[in-house]
Amino acid sequence: MMTNHGRRITQGQFSFLPDLTDEQITKQLEYALRNNYAVGIEYTDDPHPRNTYWEMYGNPMFDLKDPAGILLEINSCRKTFPSHYIRVTAFDSTRGVESPRMSFIVNRPATEPGFGLARQEADGRQIRYRISSYATDKPEGERY
Amino acid sequence: MNLASQADSAAGARTVNEVLAQSQVLPVIDELERDLIGLAPVKSRIRDIAALLVIDKLRANLGLAAASGAVAPSLHMSFTGNPGTGKTTVAMRMAQILHRLGYSRKGHLVAVTRDDLVGQYIGHTAPKTKEVLKKAMGGVLFIDEAYYLYRPENERDYGQEAIEILLQVMENQRDDLVVILAGYKDRMDTFFRSNPGMSSRIAHHLDFPDYPAGDLLRIADMMLQQQNYRFGAGARAAFEEYLVRRIAQPHFANARSVRNALDRARLRQASRLFAEKSREFTSEDLSTISESDIRASRVFHDDATKPRPEGV
Repeated sequence: MMTNHGRRITQGQFSFLPDLTDEQITKQLEYALRNNYAVGIEYTDDPHPRNTYWEMYGNPMFDLKDPAGILLEINSCRKTFPSHYIRVTAFDSTRGVESPRMSFIVNRPATEPGFGLARQEADGRQIRYRISSYATDKPEGERY
Repeated sequence: MNLASQADSAAGARTVNEVLAQSQVLPVIDELERDLIGLAPVKSRIRDIAALLVIDKLRANLGLAAASGAVAPSLHMSFTGNPGTGKTTVAMRMAQILHRLGYSRKGHLVAVTRDDLVGQYIGHTAPKTKEVLKKAMGGVLFIDEAYYLYRPENERDYGQEAIEILLQVMENQRDDLVVILAGYKDRMDTFFRSNPGMSSRIAHHLDFPDYPAGDLLRIADMMLQQQNYRFGAGARAAFEEYLVRRIAQPHFANARSVRNALDRARLRQASRLFAEKSREFTSEDLSTISESDIRASRVFHDDATKPRPEGV
């Protein structure tokens, strides 16, 4: 399902790999800045794959030359939301693209309970499937 | 991470020449020497700093780095001097030198003033300051007229908040960013006295002296040359006389005043030529500033003791 055998959600780039170290994150950001992407930091505690719009942490960062500034923001976001999902997106504003080019998770909760699959019997014995994270059974802010 | 890349860039160098060859820092210093007229004390300080950084690199290669190892030397600086003495220009060169030596990853200069750092209402300052700091990461943050950050007459002034954030970053992210504070000497001294934390975090205080008239004249020569103009017969002497009079007047801003005076002389040259509607000009005509263009300045006519704003 949406969780692999490591019980980790796999969204965005590098999500099948072990967590990126700060050094690896810096290298990725270096690439993003080299291509003039605007980098933003987003967080959420609802890991559903269709939850596309995460909360932004601060404003997207334009005109940066060096990843150290972004890493600073990432770390302050980690401090504020230590057990949320935090991802970094790099937006390409080139005309005709105008969409995120990169997106990868930089922080995740210590334990990720995974997703439950619910089956619903619909017309003509048709089956509809629905997944939901066990974490989202709890109210916002108490999930992890 | 920064230190690792530094080590790579000058790995194995055992002599000063090897570090210099690898870092390409000599051309920048030579250029500084050539392009900047006067400023002898500033140049010698910059050479000293560059020498220290080179030797530090050699020490690091032999494993002699300071016990704290990962901590880069404190490179924050303060440039004090009157307007137009070259503080911004030197800051730009400084950024290049630090970049070549690997103490600054990108070597760009972000020049800001109080308005870019301090917000207008509660909670506005911190994000604004952080935004600027993020832009300056990997380069040099140049804060012009830094003493405006601290306004003792208003104890609720938000400048203090900006100073605190600056101090924190200056201390904790020394290898990500170099801060240069600039301003008039006396007001910067007051600023440092009332902010001992700031003063103690700045290792290098550079004082920019005023230019003597001779240096200003050479600066004028260079500015004209860069714009493909030259002084006509007697114009250079007239300009020297102009400088002597102008220096004595208030609001004299050294090289900046020279540039303004030359711009106005070009203006007068243009309207002089413009009046001769049917004449065919040679390139000589078009690039010569004549004595009359200089002599037309109000500095020669008015009562020299009367104060007047810059730009006349």
